[in-house]
Amino acid sequence: MHKPIATTRSATGIPTGRLAVWWVLASEIVIFGGLLASYVMHRIGHPEWAVAASHTNTWIGATNTFVLLTSSFTAVLAHQAAEHGDGKTAAKYLLMTIGGAATFITIKSFEWAHEIREGFTITANGFWSFYYTAAGLHALHVIAGAVVMAFIARDAMKGRELHRVELVGIYWHFVDVIWIFLFPLLYIAK
Amino acid sequence: MAHASATEAHAHEHATQEHHGPQGILKYLWSTDHKVIAMQYLFTGMFMAMVGGFMAYVFRMQLAFPGKSVPLFGYVSPGEYNALITGHGSIMIFWVAMPVLIAAFGNYLIPLMIGADDMVFPRINRLSYQIFLLSVLVILSSLFVKGGGFGGAWTSYPPLSANADYNLTPLGSSMWLVAVALEFVAFLLGGINFITTLMNARAPGMKAYDIPMVPWMIVIASILFMLSVGPLFAGAIMLFFDQNLGTGFFDPTRGGDPVLWQHLFWFFGHPEVYVVLLPAVGIVIDIVATFARKKLFGYKTLLYTAVATGVLSFFVWAHHQFIAGIDPRMANIFTVTTLLISVPIAEMCFVIIATLYGGDIRLKVPMLWALAFVGEFLIGGVTGIFLGASGADAYLHETYFVLAHFHYTFFPIAIIGTFAGFTYWFPKMFGRMMNETLGKIHFWGTIIPFNFIFIPLFVLGLDGQQRRIYNFQNFPELQHLQPVRILATISLVVMLFFQLFFFWNVIRSWRKGPKAEKNPWKSNTLEWTTESPPPHGNWPVDEMPKVYRGPYEYNHPDREEDYWPQNLPA
Repeated sequence: MHKPIATTRSATGIPTGRLAVWWVLASEIVIFGGLLASYVMHRIGHPEWAVAASHTNTWIGATNTFVLLTSSFTAVLAHQAAEHGDGKTAAKYLLMTIGGAATFITIKSFEWAHEIREGFTITANGFWSFYYTAAGLHALHVIAGAVVMAFIARDAMKGRELHRVELVGIYWHFVDVIWIFLFPLLYIAK
Repeated sequence: MAHASATEAHAHEHATQEHHGPQGILKYLWSTDHKVIAMQYLFTGMFMAMVGGFMAYVFRMQLAFPGKSVPLFGYVSPGEYNALITGHGSIMIFWVAMPVLIAAFGNYLIPLMIGADDMVFPRINRLSYQIFLLSVLVILSSLFVKGGGFGGAWTSYPPLSANADYNLTPLGSSMWLVAVALEFVAFLLGGINFITTLMNARAPGMKAYDIPMVPWMIVIASILFMLSVGPLFAGAIMLFFDQNLGTGFFDPTRGGDPVLWQHLFWFFGHPEVYVVLLPAVGIVIDIVATFARKKLFGYKTLLYTAVATGVLSFFVWAHHQFIAGIDPRMANIFTVTTLLISVPIAEMCFVIIATLYGGDIRLKVPMLWALAFVGEFLIGGVTGIFLGASGADAYLHETYFVLAHFHYTFFPIAIIGTFAGFTYWFPKMFGRMMNETLGKIHFWGTIIPFNFIFIPLFVLGLDGQQRRIYNFQNFPELQHLQPVRILATISLVVMLFFQLFFFWNVIRSWRKGPKAEKNPWKSNTLEWTTESPPPHGNWPVDEMPKVYRGPYEYNHPDREEDYWPQNLPA
């Protein structure tokens, strides 16, 4: 498909792709914002949820935080390489970021499997409902980001569409930031 | 930019009719052309309007003649009645007002009015329609599944909506939710496209205050939608889990809070009113300026007013919950914000009236619709004051007064606004002029019965008639109002009948109406500088328009002609 003239214009001076990613993030922020605001209101209204929350494993949560932050760092390195026109290095760092995402999801799977075996299912009580819904929605974003990154890494390997490395990086930092909110709200607040 | 800056923008004689991409029927199913996608949205929306209109006909017949077999439908059971009113409300807002006013007009007009050849992300645009089409299929098939369509009203309040033991539609209620969520995704994708296109793809020379009102309003509406729908999207996931996994977010028997859903729903639901209002206002403004042959009074005022409306609309939602047990002190605050929001809306009406004042008014069919919009919407706005005041609302809540009020807002927005825009841009869209006589018959045949439907409903509401009742014969104190109900129903049937004139006019004009020239209304904006209908790419690549002035320079003292197209060099 040939590119329309419209796509090549930039009346604001900001590249269109970057502009669009920021608007995507704006719409995502209100989705998570609504969910977390609902959770916080409920949590304030239900002091007894602290008992349920005490069963979450802060160390696993902290490990996952570390994994995700590290993957954000490699995403930045990928961006830096792409800025220098080095598609191969960018792809390499993107693959490392995908590795971080995979580690995060793997840890989460073991964590959830353990919790479900203990009887803390999504219907156990309100806290666990929010716990699985919020973290699950976030995990879906991690998976989606990893899949998109795989496509971008494939193109970057051939030196094509290098500007997309930055775009997926912005999205990836956002996924990180959401987790930075989830971790204290779901794990640390006991 | 090289393409654009090399263009010379004046009327050209030969349009290049080159088409890219798939040919034949695939061209229409798989096109990325913004005009084709606009048509897809337009015709899907019009089809859904017929579905929603038919639903209204069936349940109004049941109310006027309870227990009698309704022609073309049969006997209406209580469950079916609930599914019909739910379907009518949901379809008219999510599958008629949104796709037609935002998606169809937005897709068609934004690139044309800002002098671009397409949206900035044509494939995301196509994906947006495909997801929307999927949502249409889901909502329509939900009416025919086991247990029937969802009957818990378009607001879908839990615990009724959360528990199949209460609503008796285990599949219907989940499918309703999935369809609405898909529709949200479609409009988020479309909205991102609209916003970035307006921000980045404007013709060279087009500054912020040179943008016509239609693109501005649709983009402000898209931003409003994007910022308000998120919490409801999260709420939809939670409600879906309540329905299917047995969580208890909203079900009090499982420790949940049903009022939380009301907050999430109305935090979106009230801005949503302005999401559909603003595009309609934009359409009306453009038409009024063109047919009054006068410069728009207060361009910036109108723009800031629209933004102010958008900001305020995030702080009024709890006026839907005055009797849901919210703190009365909170109700006071929301009364104040709700009454405040009528200020910018009134300002918009004044801008339109001031534009008309001293103008050289031409009462063509689009102008009639535009003027009717102002008059009818005013009634909707003024009756809203009663409901916004928590004291009066305690009495009027859940009565037909509410129903009549929001139909006096939504009907002007979704129906009158659409007809205004459709008749105005029909020559551009299809290259033919519509018939004025048929258009006027259709106009009066719609506007007069419309008032005879809903003014009686105000009366019913003030007399205490509750909404969402299957058969009022079971309420002895409301029985004497039956003639009023029959009047409303007959008026609806008359109004639906007169829509045949519209379809007749469209088909007749499309086939053999007089050919439309480039600029039949002598308007200033850029879409009128290309062929009718515009070719793929809108303008030849080397003739992309440049902009030299604002969109509303009518009857400028320095010019002989009474209009001054945006693309004419000074």
